Amino acid sequence: MLVSNNSEYAVTVKDLEKRFGSFQAVNKVSFQVRRGEIFGFLGPNGAGKSTTMRMLCGIIIPTAGEATVNGFDVFHQAEQIKNHIGYMSQKFSLYEDLTVEENIDFYSGIYQIPMVEKKNRKDWVVKMAGLDEHRNSLTAILPGGWRQRLALGCALLHKPPVIFLDEPTSGVDPISRRSFWELIYQLAAEGITVFVTTHYMDEAEYCDRLAMIYRGELVAIGTPDELKVKYMNNDVLNLECLDPFGALQAVNGIPEIREAALFGRGLHLAVNDASSSIPIIIKALQERKLVYTRLEKIIPSLEDVFVSIIESRDSSAGL
Amino acid sequence: MNMYRVIAIIRKEFIHILRDPRSLGMAIAMPILLIFLFGSSLSLDVDHVPLVVWDQNGTHESREFIGRFTASRYFDLNGHVTSYAEIEEAIDKREAILALVIPREFSRKLESGRKADVQLIADGSDANTATIAIGYAQMVADGYTSSLLLKAADQQGAKRVKIPVEVQPRVWFNQNMLAKNYIIPGLIAVIMMVISALLTSLTIAREWENGTMEQLITTPLTPSELIVGKLTPYFAIGMLDVVLAVLMGQYLFEVPLRGNTALVFGMAALFLPGALTMGMLISIMTRSQLLASQLAMVLTFLPSFLLSGFMYSIANMPIVIQGLTYLVPSRFFIVILKNIYLKGAGFAIILTEAGILLLFAVVLIVVANIKLKKRLV
Ligand SMILES: Nc1ncnc2c1ncn2[C@@H]1O[C@H](COP(=O)(O)OP(=O)(O)OP(=O)(O)O)[C@@H](O)[C@H]1O
Ligand SMILES: [Mg+2]
Repeated sequence: MLVSNNSEYAVTVKDLEKRFGSFQAVNKVSFQVRRGEIFGFLGPNGAGKSTTMRMLCGIIIPTAGEATVNGFDVFHQAEQIKNHIGYMSQKFSLYEDLTVEENIDFYSGIYQIPMVEKKNRKDWVVKMAGLDEHRNSLTAILPGGWRQRLALGCALLHKPPVIFLDEPTSGVDPISRRSFWELIYQLAAEGITVFVTTHYMDEAEYCDRLAMIYRGELVAIGTPDELKVKYMNNDVLNLECLDPFGALQAVNGIPEIREAALFGRGLHLAVNDASSSIPIIIKALQERKLVYTRLEKIIPSLEDVFVSIIESRDSSAGL
Repeated sequence: MNMYRVIAIIRKEFIHILRDPRSLGMAIAMPILLIFLFGSSLSLDVDHVPLVVWDQNGTHESREFIGRFTASRYFDLNGHVTSYAEIEEAIDKREAILALVIPREFSRKLESGRKADVQLIADGSDANTATIAIGYAQMVADGYTSSLLLKAADQQGAKRVKIPVEVQPRVWFNQNMLAKNYIIPGLIAVIMMVISALLTSLTIAREWENGTMEQLITTPLTPSELIVGKLTPYFAIGMLDVVLAVLMGQYLFEVPLRGNTALVFGMAALFLPGALTMGMLISIMTRSQLLASQLAMVLTFLPSFLLSGFMYSIANMPIVIQGLTYLVPSRFFIVILKNIYLKGAGFAIILTEAGILLLFAVVLIVVANIKLKKRLV
């Protein structure tokens, strides 16, 4: 039996599955989200992020497994869940032909915000979204970043303990993305559990904990630092050089190098053991008279981790 | 059902409607336009139809027959001709819409008690007027026949007489001067059915297409709140349309309303929820605005015109089709409106039809609720 209301977990998921016909979109996924944490769901397009989130929000019915949100069962208590969550879908889903205020008023009505609080909550949303001067603008004309903040505000009107954000910053400029994440931090600081999907690696770094999902399966879970240590069975070397393409060719034949990928102005090389590999690489570069400016072991980025996990998955699956 | 949430939906829907000139136009202008167009073309009585005559018979009988035409106020005799070429010319010059050709043997056949045919040639370029004019001609021939029958009966005592002039009145419209009185009430019912379904056919599909439905699903909003909230503003518009239609009947077509005006609106209030929900149900099932509006059009327009008893008498339909007409809500609304308009009927007389309309509304709302619920969770 799954945990109850006052547990330390806001979301629990066990062997959750979703099939669309014969297609397995989500395959036996299990994880738990602690109260008040920012939980990131990371994965490439079509991995099953939205599908998982939709099952938790009661939009689609899971095929099998168990899940609770705020202590309520997704199969039998979907309606109770709806009073305790906020949801921001991947596609902008406020009414474009309504003004900022009208959208807020609409969701105030839907969430039955009491009359006395209504104005306060509206002012809070308007201020939070930075839309004070655009209260009466049609939502259709707002730039992406503002729309996203308004959508977030509408999802928070009823002060839900858990909020689900499906790629809230996709298609938003970098500055707006940063300010959106500042909002997420504020919410978490107030004790709200934030469940957020993304495929931006830099955003994943901001999360307290991360689950990586790939082809419907959960492939890794932990804090960003844990993932870098736990799931990276290689050392990663950073090679900066004048001719990365030449260097790539030079290192390609070296058996100690498991992977080599262009990265910025140089290469990231995955090797079994850094100290034994570095001299071999230097030798190979010198043979081809290639100049390098730096070669050192680095802490892998989440992208390195993710790429490494996916490649080991694919190779074990014979792909 | 929570009134807070219903009111939130109602307010939002009103804003959608008011901000979208297209839907507002459709909601107000379309019923006016349709009633005007169909009303004028179906029910306007034609009189003073210009007529030319080719009397090949040239006898007392043929002149008496022509006299029937000139005496009626439906026809103006614009002269005699002596060839088909002249008829064609008269029609080309718009001096005639109808030409009557009386064959040489007209009087001989009548005297021997046989059927005598006459030929009518009509200007088909205005098919509607032509059809009506032919109908009048048949009416005139009909009158002539009965007078001959009476005369024959007088002369021959109790002897059996044969019908001298063949009359086949098979034109569907009302041939007496009450055509429009009969058609307009039915037309109001038919147009309201089509408009209602069209109005609501877009609403739910639009939420799906814009992704706003997904958002609504994650809120505590229930399907019945959404349905009632969405029906209410369209119900208001529908009632406004009915008011406009009744006013048009009264002042544009001058159709007398013998019964109680309040009863007309009361019955409309009973009819609209079912008609509106039908469009909404289509919207729920298709989730596509384009498909929903086309389907709403097809599913209401054709049955309402053809199977409701508006155009064709239900009693004359094949038995299977007659059964189908029970599924057409406008059928019952037409009966109700005609009864109130023409006979001044009170509530007691239209009780059955009113009950059926209520049943339609309840069944459709329940089905819409179930269908929406399935998809919501
Ligand atoms: N209703 C559906 N019917 C059939 N297949 C679906 C349905 N919804 C999603 N899928 C499929 O399930 C898979 C996972 O989709 P999902 O939307 O969960 O991916 P995602 O991780 O959110 O990707 P993205 O980053 O593109 O949003 C995809 O292959 C998608 O095509
Ligand atoms: Mg997605």
